[in-house]
Amino acid sequence: MAASPHTLSSRLLTGWVGGCVWYLERRAMQESPHKFMHLFRNINKQWITFQHFNFLKRMYVTQLNRSLNQQVKPKPEPVTSPFLEKTSSGQAKAEVHELRPISPPSLPLSRKANEKELIELESASVIEASIDVGNATKEEKQWKEMKLHVDDLPGILARLSKIKLTGPSSVRGVPPHKLPGACHRIALVVSTTSAGFALAPGPFDWPCFLLTLLGTGLASCAANSINQFFEVPFDSNMNRTKNRPLVRGQISPLLAVSFATCCALPGVALLTWGVNPLTGALGVFNIFLYTCCYTPLKRISIANTWVGAVVGAIPPVMGWTAATGCLDAGAFLLGGILYSWQFPHFNALSWGLREDYSRGGYCMMSVTHPALCRRVALRHCLALIGLSTAAPILDVTTWTFPVISLPINLYISYLGFRFYRDADRKSSRKLFFCSLWHLPLFLLLMLTCKQPPGGGSDKGEPQS
Amino acid sequence: MLPECRAGSPASLSRLESRDLNDRQTCTGDRKAEDYMWSRANQLFCWASPLLPCCWCQVSRFCPPRKSCYDWIGPPDKCSNLRPVHFYIPENESPLEQKLRELRQETQEWNQQFWANQNLTFRKEKEEFIHSRLKAKGLGLRAESGQKATLNAEEMADFYKEFLSKNFQKHMYYNRDWYKRNFAITYFMGKVALEKIWNKLRLKQKKTIN
Repeated sequence: MAASPHTLSSRLLTGWVGGCVWYLERRAMQESPHKFMHLFRNINKQWITFQHFNFLKRMYVTQLNRSLNQQVKPKPEPVTSPFLEKTSSGQAKAEVHELRPISPPSLPLSRKANEKELIELESASVIEASIDVGNATKEEKQWKEMKLHVDDLPGILARLSKIKLTGPSSVRGVPPHKLPGACHRIALVVSTTSAGFALAPGPFDWPCFLLTLLGTGLASCAANSINQFFEVPFDSNMNRTKNRPLVRGQISPLLAVSFATCCALPGVALLTWGVNPLTGALGVFNIFLYTCCYTPLKRISIANTWVGAVVGAIPPVMGWTAATGCLDAGAFLLGGILYSWQFPHFNALSWGLREDYSRGGYCMMSVTHPALCRRVALRHCLALIGLSTAAPILDVTTWTFPVISLPINLYISYLGFRFYRDADRKSSRKLFFCSLWHLPLFLLLMLTCKQPPGGGSDKGEPQS
Repeated sequence: MLPECRAGSPASLSRLESRDLNDRQTCTGDRKAEDYMWSRANQLFCWASPLLPCCWCQVSRFCPPRKSCYDWIGPPDKCSNLRPVHFYIPENESPLEQKLRELRQETQEWNQQFWANQNLTFRKEKEEFIHSRLKAKGLGLRAESGQKATLNAEEMADFYKEFLSKNFQKHMYYNRDWYKRNFAITYFMGKVALEKIWNKLRLKQKKTIN
C-alpha cells in the first residue's frame, strides 16, 4: 500500500476537523519526520512487532533521559497500546488515523531550544535501533524448528552416514564438488571392499558379493554416525564439518545412535551369517576401532593417523575374506596398499587444516610434528611402489601390473617429494588431489592384471 | 490435539501478553527490569570495547511462535560457533523431561562458555603472535597496499603447535566431561522416549477397556 497517511487521514476526517488534523499532522511530520515516517512505513509493512516497538521505546526513552533531563518526553504509549490489540496492518492503519489527533499535540507542547538536539538524537537512536532491530529480525529468521520431517529423513541420514556431503562444507575454500573422494566415504569403503572381493582368487559369486557390499556399507554407516555423534561441538568449529546434521540440529543424538544401531546390527548379522564369521568379526572390529579408538584418539595423540589408516585398510581385507574365507597373504597385501595410501591422502589434506585442528584441539601430525607428517607421506608413496611389486610375487596379479602402475606410482611419489621439500599449501593440495584419482586407477589396474585362475603356482580350479 | 505451548511459567508472563499479537510467545513480557538492564548494559559494553566481539554479550531476542511445540535451533554463535537451542517446555512436563531439559540447557551453556572462551583466546593469541613476528621482522602492521599484514601458513605453524600443546590439558578435561554429558543426555532422551511410549500404550489400553 503506497497511500500516504496524508491521503488516508483526509478521507477519514471531513470538514474542519479533518483540516485541523491534517495541519497538526503536517506539523508533526515536519518536526519529527524520521520518527513518524519510520514508524508508519513499518506499520504498513508489518515490520515492527511488539517487541521491537518496546525496544525502540526503551532506546528512545534512554537516549532522552541521558540528554534532556526528562523534560520533553513524547508519549509513545498511546501509539503502542493499539498495536497490542490489533495485528493486521489494515487495523493498525485505522488506529494510526485515530491516534494522530492525540499524539502530535503532545509533541509541540513543551518544545524548547534543544528541540533540534532531540530530533537528532531521536533519529540517531531510532536509526541505530532500527539497524539493530533489522539485524535481530534477520537473526530471528535463521532460527529453525527442530521438527523432523519424514521427507527430509533420507537425506539427513545419508549425510549422517557420510554417504555424501552436501552444502558449503569444504576443505579450506575448495568447493565440495571438487572434493568427491573426501566426501563420499561410504562409496570409498564399498568400492575398496568390492576391489578386495574381485581380486581374491576363485569364482566370482554374485550373491556373496552383494551381501558383502551391503553388510560393509551398513557397518560403515553405523561407524560414521557414531563418529558424528561424538564430535558435535568439534564439528561445529571446523569449516569442513559444520554443516553436519547433528551440528545443525536436524536430528537428535538419540536418533543418530538409534540409526547407528539399526545399521550396525543388520550389517554385522549379514556379514556373519550371510557371508562368513571372519568377515563379520572384521566388521565388528572395524566399527570398534573407528568409533572407540580412532575418534577419541584424534584429540589425544598423533597415533590416531596410524589407527585411522588401519581402519581404512580393513574393508578390502573384508572383501578378500568374504570371497576366500581366510586371511592370507593377498588379503594383507591389499590391506597394506590401502594402509599406505591413507598417509599421502590424509597428511596432505590435514596440511591445509592446521588452524582448525589447533583451535579445535585435534592432535594431528601436521600441527605437532610437521616434518614427520611430510616424511611419512613420502615414505608411504614410495611404499606403494614396493607393494605393487609384491603383488605378482604373492600371486595376486601378473608381472604386468608393477610395470603399468609404475607411471602413476612415480607421479604420486614425485608429488610426495615436492610436498616433503616445499611444505606449502600448493604442494599439499596437489598431492591430495592426486591421491583421489590414484587409488581408483591403481585398483583398476590391479583388477585388469589379476592373476588368472590356474595361472598361479598353487591356485588351481576351485573344488565343487 | 496439541498441548498448549508456552515459553515459561504463567507467573512470569506479563499482563501485556496477548495471544493475538502476531501469534508469538511474548518473551519481552518475561523480561523483567533486570534482564532489560543487563542486555542494555551489555550493549553499551559492546560499543565501548571494540577489541572484544559482541557475540557473547548479545542475548538473542528470539521467541518461538506460540503454536510450536518443538525446540528451536538458531544460527551459529559468532564466538563459539555452536548453535543455541531454545527448549520447549510442555504443559505436562514430567520430572524426567524436566531433568533432561535442564541437563541439555546446562550443557549448552557449558559448551558455549568453553568454546567462546577458546575461540576468543585463539584469536587474541594469534593476533599477538602476528604482531610480535611482524615486529621482529621489522614490518608494520599494515602492508604497503594498506591491508592488514599477515603471516603465511608456514610461519603460523609455530603458533598452531604452541597453542595446541598449551591447551592440551584443558582439552583433555573438556573431552572427558563432554563424553559424560553426551552419554547422559542420550541416555535420558532414551528414557524419556520410552516413558512417552509407555504412557501412550497405557492410554490406549484404558481407551480399549472403556
